[in-house]
Amino acid sequence: MNLSSRLQKLKPAAITDKREKTNENRNAFFALVRKEFTDNITSWRIIILLAIITLTCFGSLYTAVTTIQDAIDKSSENGQQIGKDAYLFLKLFTVSDGTLPNFVTFVTFLGPLLGIALGFDAINSERNKGTLSRLMSQPIPRDYVLNAKFIGALLLNIVLFFSLGFLVMALGILILGIPPTFEEFARVFCFLTLCIAYIAFWLNLGILFSVLFRQAATSALSSIAAWLFFSVFYNMIVQMAAKSMLSSGSITSQEQAINAQGTILNFMRLSPNYLFSESTTTLLSPTVRSLGPMTTRQTSGAIPSPLPLDQSLLLIWPQLTGLIAATLICFAIAYMLFMRQEIRSN
Amino acid sequence: MTQPIIELNDITKQYDDQFAVDHLSLSIFKGEVYGLLGPNGAGKTTAILTMLGLSEPTSGQVRVAGINSTRQPIEVKRKVGYLPDDLGFYHNMTGLENLLFTAEMNNIPKNTAKKRADDLLQKVYLNESADKKTGKYSRGMKQRLGLADVLMKNPEVIILDEPTLGIDPEGVRELLKMIRNLNELENITVLLSSHHLHQVQQICDRAGIFVQGTLLAEGDIPSLAEQLLVDDTFVTTVSADPIDADLMQKISLIDGVNKVDHDKSYLEVYCSRDVTPQISKTVIDSGSALLQISNKNFGLDEIYHRYFEGREQHESV
Repeated sequence: MNLSSRLQKLKPAAITDKREKTNENRNAFFALVRKEFTDNITSWRIIILLAIITLTCFGSLYTAVTTIQDAIDKSSENGQQIGKDAYLFLKLFTVSDGTLPNFVTFVTFLGPLLGIALGFDAINSERNKGTLSRLMSQPIPRDYVLNAKFIGALLLNIVLFFSLGFLVMALGILILGIPPTFEEFARVFCFLTLCIAYIAFWLNLGILFSVLFRQAATSALSSIAAWLFFSVFYNMIVQMAAKSMLSSGSITSQEQAINAQGTILNFMRLSPNYLFSESTTTLLSPTVRSLGPMTTRQTSGAIPSPLPLDQSLLLIWPQLTGLIAATLICFAIAYMLFMRQEIRSN
Repeated sequence: MTQPIIELNDITKQYDDQFAVDHLSLSIFKGEVYGLLGPNGAGKTTAILTMLGLSEPTSGQVRVAGINSTRQPIEVKRKVGYLPDDLGFYHNMTGLENLLFTAEMNNIPKNTAKKRADDLLQKVYLNESADKKTGKYSRGMKQRLGLADVLMKNPEVIILDEPTLGIDPEGVRELLKMIRNLNELENITVLLSSHHLHQVQQICDRAGIFVQGTLLAEGDIPSLAEQLLVDDTFVTTVSADPIDADLMQKISLIDGVNKVDHDKSYLEVYCSRDVTPQISKTVIDSGSALLQISNKNFGLDEIYHRYFEGREQHESV
């Protein structure tokens, strides 16, 4: 009797003990994430980047709004009707009058920069400041540090892009007076998620370099080099290769031409920038029906109308998964390296 | 004998084909202050990192407070406070905030953490700078904050890696006093590594001399001297007037005297046992005035220096 009552007393104690342990870990993790987030939003380089992104975003919104208003004024029909037909609302993100690039271009350009700025000194600055060894001597698993860095920066991205995207939408509604349809809203939502995935890739590349290189400057320059390579040079290299592959001498049949075109496209798709631009185009311009070459036979029976959202999503599914896979690969390599690395700074 | 709280059993850590730690066995008992001494690059930090489970030994076993450090590092880190040699804080946070952050890492409830942090800041004389950003702290202040930081988790053992590095003499004295107090008043076991031997001598109960990954000698300070200096364990300083070659000759003939050095106004007599009475008798008998005679106490500095001096000579021969 005595023993059994004792056992009963012991049991819940053991359970709560276990629970406390897991809670403890989680608390420490959230504390780390909170610290990361605070560090990010209070650091000057991020504040400056955020200011630039916000300004350009409103700049592009302004040009888009004026372009759309002009178009509506010119047409004699009911403006609201046009808006519904042509997915006018999405044009807020893609249209510009030529003086300023549109929203999508800005994101393609500045997004990676933001990702890199958030990630490039994640680990090596802690190491150089001497805080890493102090952190590591606390009773937390080693991967908490890396995970918290990633989550903290990702959280900032999510907050930033959703607030920016929704702000643009809200201002669009106020200024243009066209409410978005549910599909348009869903498309914008998907687009914002895509932006976050894209930036997460650059963020993880930055984190990877921060684990790899001891100097923050080295890792920043390497990340920027990678970004420049993919946004400028990769295109050129593939174009050059394409020229020789598509030269009329080597291609004799239609099938060959399609194959060659496909190969080039696949090479292009190795670049995260290309994946991102393909996906955004599909998402924000529902009239895009295919991302590869199409024969006239394939298009002959098609109804000339925009694709529904699920079909657009289906079209970019490989691109999206590819982008996320690249992100995960970067993170996995950084994770493995970090777990094996020596903690001492010298 | 009390239970060893840190127990290293035949630890080896190999980098490529070089041993950073070479078959090290070490026991540190509860409640003592142990000094790990050695030149730079001797493998002190590596040995310490294996104790915390931050570095995996190539072979051997480490147990801290009865827990295997390699297998359960988190459990060990709950009980052990570690002050790294390249200590740093988050510059944009105040001293107090840094301590509270550490408390969060250790899941100490907020109220307790605040109280403990205030107490500790008081103890390390930083209560006035508690709300200053740590970026503005001096090196000595950082080191003291580091000590407070280590104590936030209420550890059983604290491991201090070169705690006195780069602090002015007054700061070193203060820090050493704090460490001693912690050991005496709160019964915290202290392991500290250093190459400042006289500092270690001031506060350590036992010390181990660690060179090139192996422990050369271990024990309290007098026994270290015996272990390392087999030949000339005693040095007697004799101040006499006049000192001439004849006197030196006579002293060197005393049984047990190995060497006599003449240095300005005094003689240094190296002997294998204590022969002070014989020396004083010889001096007086020879007609010189004996001004002063004393046995030189070996500091670790001396032991260390003489050990290496001897070794270099051995190597060159």
